[in-house]
Amino acid sequence: MSDLPKARIATASLAGCFGCHMAILDIDERLIDLMQLVDVDRSPLTDKKRFTTRCDIGIIEGGCCNEENVHVLHDFRRNCDVLIALGQCAIMGGLPAMRNAIMHSDAPLRECLEEAYITGKYIRNTTHNVPNDPALPLLLDEVYPCSEVVEIDYQIPGCAPGGDIIFDTLSKLLTGKFRGFEREMIKFD
Amino acid sequence: MDNGQECTSGLSSTACDVGAVPAEEIAAICQTFGNDKHRMLDILRAVQDRYHCISPSTMDSVAAETGLTRIQVEGVASFYSFLSLTPKGRVTIRLCDDIVDRYAGLAEVVAVFEEVLGIRMGETSADRAFSLEYTPCIGMCDQAPAAMINDVVLTRLTVDTARAAAEALKAGRTPDHLISERYAELTPHERATRMVDNNIRHAGEVLLGPVPEDAGLDKAAAMMPSLIIAAIEESGLRGCGGAGFTTGHKWRFAAAERAEKRFILCNADEGEPGTFKDRVLLTERPHLLIEGMTIAARAVGANEGILYLRGEYVYLRELLEQVLEDRRRRGLLGKGIHGIRNFDFDVRLQLGAGAYICGEEGALISSCEGLPGEPKTRPPFPVNRGYLGHPTVVNNVETFCHAARILDRGATWFHAMGTEGSHGTKLFSICGDCLNPGIYELPYGHTVREILEMAGGQDAAAVQVGGPSGTMIARDSFHRKLTFDDLATGGAIIVFNGERNILEIVEYYMSFFVHESCGYCTPCRVGNVFLQKAIGKFRKGLANPEDIDYLKELSGTIIETSRCGLGMTSPNPILSTLQNFPLVYSAVTKPNKDRIRDTFDIQSAIDGARKIAKRRSYIFDRDFTQ
Ligand SMILES: Cc1cc2nc3c(=O)[nH]c(=O)nc-3n(C[C@H](O)[C@H](O)[C@H](O)COP(=O)(O)O)c2cc1C
Ligand code: SF4
Ligand code: SF4
Ligand code: FES
Repeated sequence: MSDLPKARIATASLAGCFGCHMAILDIDERLIDLMQLVDVDRSPLTDKKRFTTRCDIGIIEGGCCNEENVHVLHDFRRNCDVLIALGQCAIMGGLPAMRNAIMHSDAPLRECLEEAYITGKYIRNTTHNVPNDPALPLLLDEVYPCSEVVEIDYQIPGCAPGGDIIFDTLSKLLTGKFRGFEREMIKFD
Repeated sequence: MDNGQECTSGLSSTACDVGAVPAEEIAAICQTFGNDKHRMLDILRAVQDRYHCISPSTMDSVAAETGLTRIQVEGVASFYSFLSLTPKGRVTIRLCDDIVDRYAGLAEVVAVFEEVLGIRMGETSADRAFSLEYTPCIGMCDQAPAAMINDVVLTRLTVDTARAAAEALKAGRTPDHLISERYAELTPHERATRMVDNNIRHAGEVLLGPVPEDAGLDKAAAMMPSLIIAAIEESGLRGCGGAGFTTGHKWRFAAAERAEKRFILCNADEGEPGTFKDRVLLTERPHLLIEGMTIAARAVGANEGILYLRGEYVYLRELLEQVLEDRRRRGLLGKGIHGIRNFDFDVRLQLGAGAYICGEEGALISSCEGLPGEPKTRPPFPVNRGYLGHPTVVNNVETFCHAARILDRGATWFHAMGTEGSHGTKLFSICGDCLNPGIYELPYGHTVREILEMAGGQDAAAVQVGGPSGTMIARDSFHRKLTFDDLATGGAIIVFNGERNILEIVEYYMSFFVHESCGYCTPCRVGNVFLQKAIGKFRKGLANPEDIDYLKELSGTIIETSRCGLGMTSPNPILSTLQNFPLVYSAVTKPNKDRIRDTFDIQSAIDGARKIAKRRSYIFDRDFTQ
């Protein structure tokens, strides 16, 4: 096995809570086995901010809530052969997508920002302004699941997905044995 | 806690100020219907007609009078599209926005109404004189574009006739006067036929040819009930409402159920777009229909019947009431029909209020019971436990008419017509791009091509058989036969010529199902919205090849997991065009560049934030300052 070239993996956290990345670490000591098979390129785990080379697998946590998420996701799609949406936020939008439920408003985004920064009951914001630093990416009108922005090859369900399912799926993908999930893994109750 | 307390919900302030209707007036309306909660739809229709709104305080009064809770009343009031919780104009103009009407010049007609009345579609004028609305097919497809003006129907609207009508209304003429200056002097039948043409293009042997009055009932009265059922079974008659269940079996099941009371319900909801055959039977053969219902009553042992007339056909109400009254006077309805002891049967007319789903038999029963028109879980089937829990036969208008004729002429006569498995004749309602739209009574078994020739639709490039829930076929299938086993239809045949856009038609039909889903099952309520959106992608040229699989997969899920026939057939416009017009889809799909989706439009997604932040995007916008 060791004479095979190692697969290159990249990961990113978009509109997620970082829980899915923590879940990757839940692979525990099997990480050592996994590292025999892969090199990690761009990823918060390596703190590499750019792709140094084209990757075999990209793993995305979180959906897209702002323009930077979209930018990163495009970058991953262009630089990875296989793209995996990891966790509910990446697959469906997850918790951040709660703001999509602000309907029946002419300006849902404004309403959301105002409640978060100005009018909300428990807000202490002495500036009474919505933050607007040029370094802040613009928010999207809604939170989008990754599959609405780019093509996604695989989805690993869960919030966060367990270490086992992540390890299992990755090792099967790397050895070309992945055949989809057992029904028990993806049922909702 | 709940009695005597004023409701202070946000609704009351925004809803109509006719909330000030004195409770006694509402009580009087409820009284006309015996304060019976099962007559809720009638009560609310009466309120709507009188006050053009069902206000929160009205609902409270109705609830108090009928012994229901306010939320139960509101459940009904908010379900039907002809009832409204916000004030509507004294005259409501409803234009059919079906694809057939669009192709017949709807947009120009709409523009005229908007201009003359000074309001947009969906609005009510400030003086509450007029409301303008769209509504799905009102059964006038052979004379589109068509509109309902309160209870009056206008057909074949043109820019000129629409202008004349709108101006007359604006000048204070009543809707009746649009039909005739001497409307009051016309008989109900004259009124109906002034408004709407029958367009009978081909009269067949069974229904639209000469029909001797009550000959079937005369014979049935002398027969044992079980022999009546046997005759219907032998004739091979199958339901004409779409599903095609064997009528004789249905009657037998209802008769076999042990019960104190049984009911005969006639389904005159005729909501499937492109279907307008029952309209013609109700106008020209109403006696035959009631005769058929009476025979069914005799056969299964029912004493009460309900004729459920779709709200859109309210212009036929007087005519039908007159027929019922006439038959009561002549001893053909009521107690001891034909002088036979225990042969008691009467029929009440139940009007719907604008809901396609009420054509589904369970929903129809719910609606007759005064509930929101939601289908019921089956089993139990209506023949076992239907209206108010009693065994109930629900049949289509045409089915009852056939039954009466079978009793007169005999099962063999009927059985000999048509094909094996599809016996007798059928009324086909043909509309769209053909020279002679209208009603054709023909034996089962004609090919689509033959029918197109009769109707002058030789240019057809696509034919929608059976309405949106049916099948869309292309030229290469015009040899197919109109039978239950090949192309089944409740009557609708909609012709489209080569200039029509198949995807536009499909998108319209999906929007129809989205609008008409009762909302009970998630796959139907949500899935149809997704299907409609996906078709929108194809129309914009943003679809990928894989979206075709998505359409099929989602359609399969909706069909499999829906509770009633609406959800089980709503993906048909997509599935049948995918099958019969595959090129229409593949021509507009292309793979994503770099596997990045074109459907996601970053510019529109950040537009709101750009305005709030009052700056450009540093990632996606060019910097013009440099
Ligand atoms: C969504 C839906 C709408 C229907 N609409 C009608 C209708 O308008 N008229 C009708 O006769 N049957 C309609 N049906 C069929 C009825 O459920 C029922 O099968 C029919 O009334 C039985 O009468 P038949 O056996 O005489 O056809 C509809 C069914 C569904 C699922
Ligand atoms: S899926 Fe759950 S764990 Fe993962 S980012 Fe979303 S909220 Fe966090
Ligand atoms: S399938 Fe659709 S229309 Fe039928 S019960 Fe379910 S939600 Fe209602
Ligand atoms: S009345 Fe417009 S399509 Fe039927």
